[in-house]
Amino acid sequence: MGHTVSVPAARGVAHEDVSVNYLTYPKGLKSWLTTIDHKRIGIMYLAFVMTSFFVGGIFALLIRIELLTPKQTIMTAETYNRVFTLHGAIMVFLFIIPSIPAALGNFVLPLMLGAKDVAFPRLNLASLYIYVIGAVMAVSSIVFGAVDTGWTFYTPYSTTTSGAVGLMAMAVFVLGFSSVFTGINFIATVHTLRAPGMTWFRMPLFVWSIYATAVIQVLATPVLGITMVLLVMERAFGIGIFDPKLGGDPVLFQHFFWFYSHPAVYIMIVPGMAIISELIPTFSHKTIFGYRAIAFSSVAIALLGFLVWGHHMFVSGQSELATTIFSFLTFLIAIPSGVKVFNWTATMYRGSISLDTPMLYAISFLLLFTIGGLTGIYLGALSTDIHLTDTYFVVAHFHYVMMGGTVIAFLGGLHYWWPKMFGRMYNEKIARIGCILVFIGFNMTFFTQFILGTRGMPRRYYNYLDQFQQLHVFSTFGSWVLGTGLILAAVSMLSSLRKPYDAPRNPWGGSTLEWETQSPPIEHNFDQDMVLKHAPYDYRPLREETSL
Amino acid sequence: MTWFRNFMMPLEASTTARDIDDLYIFITIISVFFFVLVGGMAIIFAMKYRRKGVNEITPHITHHLGMEVTWSIIPLIICLVVFFWGFRGFVRANVPPGDAMEIQVTAKKWVWQFEYPDGTRTLNDIHVPIGKPVRLVMTSEDVLHSFFVPNFRIKHDVVPGRYTQVWFNPTKVGVHQVFCAEYCGKGHSDMLAKVHVDDDAAYEKWLQEGDEEMKKMPLKDLGQMVWENKGCSTCHSLDGTRGTGPSWKGIWGKQELLSTGKSVLVDENYVRTSILDPQKDIVNGFEGVMPTFQGLLREREIKGAIEFIKSLK
Repeated sequence: MGHTVSVPAARGVAHEDVSVNYLTYPKGLKSWLTTIDHKRIGIMYLAFVMTSFFVGGIFALLIRIELLTPKQTIMTAETYNRVFTLHGAIMVFLFIIPSIPAALGNFVLPLMLGAKDVAFPRLNLASLYIYVIGAVMAVSSIVFGAVDTGWTFYTPYSTTTSGAVGLMAMAVFVLGFSSVFTGINFIATVHTLRAPGMTWFRMPLFVWSIYATAVIQVLATPVLGITMVLLVMERAFGIGIFDPKLGGDPVLFQHFFWFYSHPAVYIMIVPGMAIISELIPTFSHKTIFGYRAIAFSSVAIALLGFLVWGHHMFVSGQSELATTIFSFLTFLIAIPSGVKVFNWTATMYRGSISLDTPMLYAISFLLLFTIGGLTGIYLGALSTDIHLTDTYFVVAHFHYVMMGGTVIAFLGGLHYWWPKMFGRMYNEKIARIGCILVFIGFNMTFFTQFILGTRGMPRRYYNYLDQFQQLHVFSTFGSWVLGTGLILAAVSMLSSLRKPYDAPRNPWGGSTLEWETQSPPIEHNFDQDMVLKHAPYDYRPLREETSL
Repeated sequence: MTWFRNFMMPLEASTTARDIDDLYIFITIISVFFFVLVGGMAIIFAMKYRRKGVNEITPHITHHLGMEVTWSIIPLIICLVVFFWGFRGFVRANVPPGDAMEIQVTAKKWVWQFEYPDGTRTLNDIHVPIGKPVRLVMTSEDVLHSFFVPNFRIKHDVVPGRYTQVWFNPTKVGVHQVFCAEYCGKGHSDMLAKVHVDDDAAYEKWLQEGDEEMKKMPLKDLGQMVWENKGCSTCHSLDGTRGTGPSWKGIWGKQELLSTGKSVLVDENYVRTSILDPQKDIVNGFEGVMPTFQGLLREREIKGAIEFIKSLK
């Protein structure tokens, strides 16, 4: 029984009896609702974030359908404003932020560390329940008058418009706690529960990135919480922090908001990088190139991420000096992201690359995230930003980073760990077609929007000038291709759940500890105490064993 | 690169546009280079180093300091070049020449109001002479808006409770579209305006007489134009749909119940009062949110609006 980095069982090898596992034992609904098993919590998180992704995706498709024609297509302007607000709020707060850390991270992180659970299992369960409460609040805002502020809640619009802004703001406040709890838990887990032999520089890079993310979650989220409370108090009592009619300053709100929400961009993308740092070495069957550079760049991004919030506000009325400094710092943060991309690409050099679906997603990520990163240069540069900010160029840019980056990585990770989570292999053929359609549809939808934005199409527009229609129509067609791809991805995975267990311990030849236990794992993860004897991604000792 | 410029960019119609476009194209060249580099390598590697069998072994390459330093330093240098180029353009776009003509801009849901030094006031349309710098001093009466003219490559938020500015020096005669670029609610995407850049003679003439075409227009058509261009259409529909204000369809000659409980006949005097003093009589069931158009419409435009409403049976 391997308790070191070893034995990637080849696919198709007759496998052990895994009928006793964390999914089947203990039994009963109550055992799930009161579980403190990180794996079960991760799976429940997964179910909730995927539901959110589905709902947010429906809203996205509705937005695109409305934009088929320059005037009203299927909904009124008020409805449209509510729909894009819900799309943004659900995707950011209910899907992307918890997606990789709380769903996949919860499941994988303790396994990777060779631990039995996270450091604070009850806090972990509390995080899930708080998430559900926050999610119910956010979604119930639809029936209590809805919210039409955009996910950014800019004042004084948000303090003066009617609707359920207060409820939505409190939902975001509550969701923040769930995020902080997860962050605290992961920090403590990484510090205290690593298997013997796992020094900091023998941790998988996934752990490094999730750790960096956790630090941002714990430090930045409270600022959002405070901002939301101030917003609610302003609406309820007119305390006059943000509304100039009461002596407040609307630009102050933007500073508060982006002081959280820019680091939140890294809460969203760094976990995506975490997954890519696993997928590329595994499917290249080769050690990662520049382990320390990738690890340190995660930390550098986490720290520098706190110093660039003002680049969302170049034309907002903040001082020109501040604007200049923020632009400068923004260019600095481009470097560690670039370093990662080069390191991943270099890892593939002279590798032995198998193009299973997770690797197809990883390569998609490399292409799309590179576009997302490079288009950030246009927006970080002061003069071009004047023209491009608040246009579809920005919409395209952040979708390339958030969806082309994080969501693509998340899908790659989901396929990658699916056999470990559920003990079944997804349908490889359907999954590959799904991945390719996602890639094509995504580019059709969003590359078009770079052109729209450059030509001057402002964002959050319900009506638009006729000259933009062709590109909008093309973008909408793309969204249907993208939606089809995502449905196929879901089919490939969900259809496997009806099969008997057929996944080996290590279907991909992974080198990290989660592949050492059975698929799906037992309740306490490993049947013995784990000791790590090799650095991760060390494919040298595997040579003879793989030839079995 | 002219084809690329023409394909991507809106018309280049101000003195600062060229520099911004040049930087845009410079970044595009850099981006294409790095995208082809990274994407090309990823795809070539994925094909060339395709796994050939379960026994295949790979070299143990952990890092290479020289390469890692190279691919940190070169992008850093490029980024610094872009930063300084952008900074120079930003300074140029933010410092208006001292002799710039000033126009006051007031934004409110969902109209742009302009006031010239000589007291001329216009709504959603400004005329400026070609080749003269213009500085817009902007403020908002309600929420955030943003003044965006793609053809001039200028944009700045308009913030309640403070003044912000943009300036431009137009280089092309013609009509240039203004968008509101900061989300401001229901009428955000209809909060449009136009900058008319005139040659000197045409500008002088406009200052004195208003638009030539408008003078010749029949009253009813003029009224329709007022409805389209002066912001009426954001709240008053023509097809009976209930908006922020009552629909104009069939309203003429009706007895309207007011919020005070009284009722009033919709005739010339009522329409005129509603335009100039909208808070005086508010139709029951609607909010009194309409701004006054006192001084914003020429006398003939008010008459036109009245004739237009009459025509909507």
